[in-house]
Amino acid sequence: MNRATWRRLISYLFVAACGLSVLIALVPLVMILFFVISQGVQALNVEFFTAMPKPVGEPGGGMLNAFVGTLMLIGLAAALAIPVGVISGIYMSEYAGTRLATMVRFAADTLNGVPSIVIGIFAYGIAVLPFRQFSALAGGLALGVMMIPIIARTTEELLLLVPGSLREGALALGATRARAVFSVILPAAIPGIITGIVLALARIAGETAPLLFTSFNNQFFSTDVRQPMASMTVQIFNYATSAYDDWIRQAWAGALVLVTFVLICSLLARVVTARLQRLRG
Amino acid sequence: MPVPTPSVTLHERASDSPPAVKTPKIDVQSLSFYYGIKRALEEISLQIQPNLVTAFIGPSGCGKSTFLRTLNRMNDVLPATRVEGKVLIDGQDVYAPSVDVVQLRRRVGMVFQKSNPFPKTIFENVAYGLRINRMTSSRAELAGRVEESLKQAALWNEVKDRLHESALALSGGQQQRLCIARALAIQPDVLLMDEPASALDPIATQRIEELVYSLKTSYTIVIVTHNMQQAARVSDHTAFFWLGKLVEYDRTDRIFTAPREKLTEDYVTGRFG
Repeated sequence: MNRATWRRLISYLFVAACGLSVLIALVPLVMILFFVISQGVQALNVEFFTAMPKPVGEPGGGMLNAFVGTLMLIGLAAALAIPVGVISGIYMSEYAGTRLATMVRFAADTLNGVPSIVIGIFAYGIAVLPFRQFSALAGGLALGVMMIPIIARTTEELLLLVPGSLREGALALGATRARAVFSVILPAAIPGIITGIVLALARIAGETAPLLFTSFNNQFFSTDVRQPMASMTVQIFNYATSAYDDWIRQAWAGALVLVTFVLICSLLARVVTARLQRLRG
Repeated sequence: MPVPTPSVTLHERASDSPPAVKTPKIDVQSLSFYYGIKRALEEISLQIQPNLVTAFIGPSGCGKSTFLRTLNRMNDVLPATRVEGKVLIDGQDVYAPSVDVVQLRRRVGMVFQKSNPFPKTIFENVAYGLRINRMTSSRAELAGRVEESLKQAALWNEVKDRLHESALALSGGQQQRLCIARALAIQPDVLLMDEPASALDPIATQRIEELVYSLKTSYTIVIVTHNMQQAARVSDHTAFFWLGKLVEYDRTDRIFTAPREKLTEDYVTGRFG
């Protein structure tokens, strides 16, 4: 066998290995989508979105309280995490290299690696125990704490990508440093930051552990943030571990809705980014 | 490269002093500049006359851009740098503690080597300085000033129908003229230009040079250039920098035809650089 043939053989082997790896990586995703769709579609109907849960044994019913609850929890989390995260990100990029910025960055990375159940316990400790009351606020706090480091680091990285020449251009026109940041540098990075925020929202929408002992669950329709609140993930968890076929079917349907929501968020983030970037030329 | 042939006779350069001093617009007195412990500029003194174009030439790394940036304190943003000496603009030391650097930069505009339009519309780019300095009181006045600035920068006819499109869609030469319009909008006294045409093709370069020539009636212009023909074409006075020192400063025709220093002659005739 001459060298060229040998080399071609090796090349084929490696291409085959790469293809196989991709296949292995994709199999779980395809299987999840397949099962969620095939099982979930059965229980999916209009009633599922518009009706409240029914007691065991009664067929039908939906998850209205959980949909509203999840949206509210995400809203609360975003209200906390977007301002804190974006402002921390601005600090880290503007004062990059200072000791405090380095510490903030390290803290964010550490927080990002803390298991979600631990963050749930933290929220339980500071927002549930003192009031002796599970509440949506505590759930939003737990989810928000999870989002902060993601948004902070995304914001920092995107701000650092903005060319320094834009800052100089603004300063040379008589802008103060703060003015340059808020009128030129931040707007230049906004499409990316929005994408980061939407992806962070999609990520925490699927969290269950931090909600188990913060917002807990609620069999009734509630929009009171001081009361326990239902959420899709906790509802799915409860239904999926129950012994009733009706509930298990509903759990599948809930899973399908959740996966679809996350998928839509990702697509939305891409579309928004692409459109904003086109507007900027 | 064609070297201008000496056409100046000896008695014409009887005065060996730098360009005749009326009231200088900018009066730099033994200015030194340090990056950390490295001295990048060594005791530079020179006076820049109003309503003329003054060119700074010299090889890369000679300090001409650094010197330009000391005039509107753009080096302030660089960490670990230090300035000694004085820069008087209209008699006032810009490094005095009482000076508001924001006010200074409003009076001393700057155009950079690489065009840096903001990722906003053409209109918003020119309006930016007016807005942040609250220089107009009505929308109509703002629009008028934007139009006037774009006309001054010889860009109006090319962009008047697409003022609200992204500035990033303009060509390189147009972007640089937009940056000039942006700087002119806030009506500075002095315009500093740091190699404004170095990234442009010959035609775009020519347009910038014509623009510089037309602007000098209203502004004091200081231009850094790599390109010696450009200095010869656009400037009235030329300063030659070498290794952080000011070697020679004189009327441009003298610098290029009968320099006093051997080093200047070697540089302008292309023997090094």
